[in-house]
Amino acid sequence: MLDKRMTLAEVVGQLQNGMTIGIGGWGPRRKPMALLREILRSGLTDLTIVAYGGADVGMLAAAGRIRKLVFAFVSLDAIPLEPWFRKAREAGSIDVLELDEGMFQWGLKAAAFGLPFLPTRVGLGTDLAALGGLKTVTSPYDDAETLIAMPALTLDAALLHVNRSDWRGNIQAFGPDTYYDEWFAKAATRCFVTAEEVVERMEDAYPGDTQANIVPRCFISGVVSAPGGAHPSSMPPLYGWDSKFLKAYTGAAAAEGGWAAWAAENIGATEADYLAKVGGLAAVSALPLPVF
Amino acid sequence: MATLAELCILACSEAFRGGGEIIATGVGPVPRVAAGLAKLTHTPELMMTDGEAYLVEEPVPIGPRGDYQPKFAGHLPFSRFFDDAVWTGRRHAMVTPTQIDRFGQTNLSALGGTHKQPKVQMLGVRGFPGNSVYHPNSMFIPAHSARVFCAGEVDMVSSAGYNPAKRVPGGNYTGIDLRRIVTNLCVMDFGGPDHAIRVISLHPGVSFDEVQAATGFPLLLADAAGVTAIPDAGTLAIITRLDPHGIRASVIKDNPPAQRA
Repeated sequence: MLDKRMTLAEVVGQLQNGMTIGIGGWGPRRKPMALLREILRSGLTDLTIVAYGGADVGMLAAAGRIRKLVFAFVSLDAIPLEPWFRKAREAGSIDVLELDEGMFQWGLKAAAFGLPFLPTRVGLGTDLAALGGLKTVTSPYDDAETLIAMPALTLDAALLHVNRSDWRGNIQAFGPDTYYDEWFAKAATRCFVTAEEVVERMEDAYPGDTQANIVPRCFISGVVSAPGGAHPSSMPPLYGWDSKFLKAYTGAAAAEGGWAAWAAENIGATEADYLAKVGGLAAVSALPLPVF
Repeated sequence: MATLAELCILACSEAFRGGGEIIATGVGPVPRVAAGLAKLTHTPELMMTDGEAYLVEEPVPIGPRGDYQPKFAGHLPFSRFFDDAVWTGRRHAMVTPTQIDRFGQTNLSALGGTHKQPKVQMLGVRGFPGNSVYHPNSMFIPAHSARVFCAGEVDMVSSAGYNPAKRVPGGNYTGIDLRRIVTNLCVMDFGGPDHAIRVISLHPGVSFDEVQAATGFPLLLADAAGVTAIPDAGTLAIITRLDPHGIRASVIKDNPPAQRA
């Protein structure tokens, strides 16, 4: 199907319990939160989540949807420790594969190229290999160096939030850093994107911005229009993360009622409902970009 | 009169001296201002980012920007960070781990319990494993204690150090290059036998016994150990330019002066 337009619910309908799902972005930046909320509205569970984690991981962990987490960190930057992730870890309720940030992208690249692993020095001298069951390989050349074999992080699905797409899946991603979104897309059997703006034909709408096409459309399976869809994470250059919202979200981890109360109050019955609760697209668009 | 935080900034900046054309990454206010101070004084060839993804030739002051507009000279996003900086060894990071042991191994991930169920979950290892085997690293610890400088080994080895028992035979560990540890009490390096940690300068009014009492493993005192330098007026002016809002005053408890009363 060349026309890849879908709804949030249709994307989640393509996902199944027990899948391995990669989530693009980085910490509190560029997260496909509209899709995350749609997952929370569904019964999807028993997931292996692969992410440079932020509130995406925190929410899925709090809601009990994660069986296993593949991570290098979970953080909201300005709020360094993600309390819902911490709660889940300290309760021992999720399995983990903890990786270095660089090994993580190396595993996505192995998956993208259909390789069983890629060799690396990273992890040697640390507890990662022993804790994660990572094995070593020996270079077959004269150096005979021992290296860690970083296994492919093959994904059943990847979820990204981008600035623009057309119905074919010609995407454009702006901002100072698109992190490893390109490699999440390539590591996945299917990649679904939400976009701030969906246009008819990219070649007519924005032909001058093709350098922002971080991954070609053959890697994109579905496209959903979701303005404000990264909220409460940041989506440069359009909006920053929502500090006030994130403070309330993290504060709720210690409050009575816990996750159920927070989710009932905040996730909304639909994405339109959610957006209205946070003040509409105008309020999201007015959130200042973070200063580092 | 200089504060202890300002003395630490000067001491941290020395870690970057003569570093060459590499990315100087200071994580946290004191290391970041220190990297900027190094670039503006003794090591102009250093490279650094705006704290996000752009390379700047003029270090960006920390805190709210006000009218200040960073000027971008290059691009170094996370999407290129491992191939451009970390895995090519072209970086020196100064970080603040939660634990450090006598081998220079550090922990940023979790405390106590098991890996399945830690007692205290922190950030995760982030990029520490790769940093530690590929490029120089230094540390800044604002509250020197035996909890940070722990006895035995750190709970979860997030970055590699000089521990022979942790070295898988045949691995290449030549990239492990631990430089300085600056704390609120002293400056240390890894210059002892078998990279043992030693005190190379004591901050004004601090004794070696005090440092040892706040450390969970035996320390050495370098033969040439002296007193850590107090920043002069010119240095303080640069520090103030790089931290115009005085964020450094919140780094060390009670923001004491560099020279103890």
